[in-house]
Amino acid sequence: MTFTMPNIAPALPEIFILSMACLILVIDLFLTDRQRFVTYLLTQATLVVAFILIVTDFTQGRVLTFSDTFVRDPMADVLKACIFIAGLVTFTYSRDYLQTRQIFKGEFFVLGLFAILGMMILTSAHNFLTIYLGLELLSLSLYAMVAMQRDSVTASEAAMKYFILGAIASGMLLYGISMIYGVTGTLDLAEVARQVPETEKQLLLTFGLVFLIVGVAFKLGAVPFHMWVPDVYHGAATPTTLFIGSAPKIAAFAMLMRLLVDGLGGLHAQWQDILIILAVLSMGVGNIVAIAQSNIKRMLAYSTISHVGFLMLGVLTGTAEGYAAAMFYTLAYVLMTLGGFGMVILLSREGFEADKLDDFKGLNERSPWFAFMMLIVMFSMAGVPPFIGFWAKLSVLKEVIAADMVWLAVVAVIFSIIGAFYYLRVIRLMYFDKPVDTARLEVALDMRLLLSANGLGVLLLGLFPGGLLALCLAALSGS
Amino acid sequence: MLALSDFLILGAVMFGLSIAGIFINRKNIIILLMAIELMLLAVNMNFIAFSHFLGDTAGQVFVFFILTVAAAEAAIGLAILVVLFRNKRTINVTELDSMKG
Repeated sequence: MTFTMPNIAPALPEIFILSMACLILVIDLFLTDRQRFVTYLLTQATLVVAFILIVTDFTQGRVLTFSDTFVRDPMADVLKACIFIAGLVTFTYSRDYLQTRQIFKGEFFVLGLFAILGMMILTSAHNFLTIYLGLELLSLSLYAMVAMQRDSVTASEAAMKYFILGAIASGMLLYGISMIYGVTGTLDLAEVARQVPETEKQLLLTFGLVFLIVGVAFKLGAVPFHMWVPDVYHGAATPTTLFIGSAPKIAAFAMLMRLLVDGLGGLHAQWQDILIILAVLSMGVGNIVAIAQSNIKRMLAYSTISHVGFLMLGVLTGTAEGYAAAMFYTLAYVLMTLGGFGMVILLSREGFEADKLDDFKGLNERSPWFAFMMLIVMFSMAGVPPFIGFWAKLSVLKEVIAADMVWLAVVAVIFSIIGAFYYLRVIRLMYFDKPVDTARLEVALDMRLLLSANGLGVLLLGLFPGGLLALCLAALSGS
Repeated sequence: MLALSDFLILGAVMFGLSIAGIFINRKNIIILLMAIELMLLAVNMNFIAFSHFLGDTAGQVFVFFILTVAAAEAAIGLAILVVLFRNKRTINVTELDSMKG
């Protein structure tokens, strides 16, 4: 028996992140609390280098390695680059917040890096085993990150709920995988895709598919499997919420694509129906329940649920253009979420959490510039032109109509209009109400600059959406 | 000789029991954790049965990974439980209701 070395070059960014995460974990042990800044800088540097590793070695076509369990294709590369950017922005926003609250610990950054590694593995998975391992690496890190604020009752409760529902989701997903394995006799996604049309046991396959989708829907936070989303967003410390709300959504989109399109593309007719139900319910419940919220973190959680519904609309069309629209939507959503939660962090200060809607009252009088940034983000989430959210919604709707599901597009538009109400309410509070909280905004310079860039990015990508949209199309048509 | 369907039925029963354990149980979070472990064991049963009857070892390899991850998951779950108990002085499922909306 001979051992051949697998080609490790395609997984270089993953290997780099893994080594750096272990290294930072050890270095952090030798630092005093005053030197903790080193951990932060190393983490950020790691993300920058990994980003450069991906961008300078952009793959054309499809490279398989590690006995075909790992794939590197343009979609994975684009998504990973965006995961790094989202991670970088999250950590920058978090720094000041964590420092003033005495939770500026190395664990936050190391767990963040491991979660990012999990997302990368998930994005590049080409085998049910890799999907499972990537997903668990991501989820376990996130559970621990939520629980990191040890003295907070809400954080520990949120962590418990997240853990239990996440574990149920993993169990469901595994049960589905075991059924599909039983029918096809393989764990390799390409092999599964080849076996699906040939097998006679379609019933068992559909049975497995249902469990699989339940598992994925739990992770995405689609209705009726959304119970954990508002509580976790509400209970966790805002930087953790920001982290959970941004980059993992990119990974969840990749997981949906790998499982349903790469693996079970042959069952499109079956999963399309299930996704339609999930998407309509998510958009409905998300948008309507968000109106009743007075906590902005909960409101954004329900808004996430409705955005997940929209994302599914793109995937369920079953065309490459539809997938590209969904990918564009995901990236646009992540950019907007970073801005939204970034604003919550910006308004919070030591001993005060700006997580009530009322805390946004009269923001225009306190800081016209950041009120304008929030205005951009909220308009974009509501889908008002010319911001990026509008183009994201438009491209998804266009593909839904192209797939002959006009009624679904109409339903989506109606729910978006209902949703616009609560986004516009935030804008009304900022511009037409008197401020309740009149303390001066004291924000670190890096956060100021990055949040401004984030808001302007939403505006600029809205004015020139062509580049990102073309990138998504190119990433998906190649595979 | 036991047939494949016998193992699958056992797996399904265990899976059903774990789901029932999660949703009926309103008293104790530790029982929830036990139900989650049972759920993973049901999946393992499926994988091993399929692996044996298909004559393919990949399923058994998968089981090893599930067992390892389940151990890590249980460690994190119990750690969160300890933190929760320190803060709330209770592990009753019905009292996990400090967030509303």
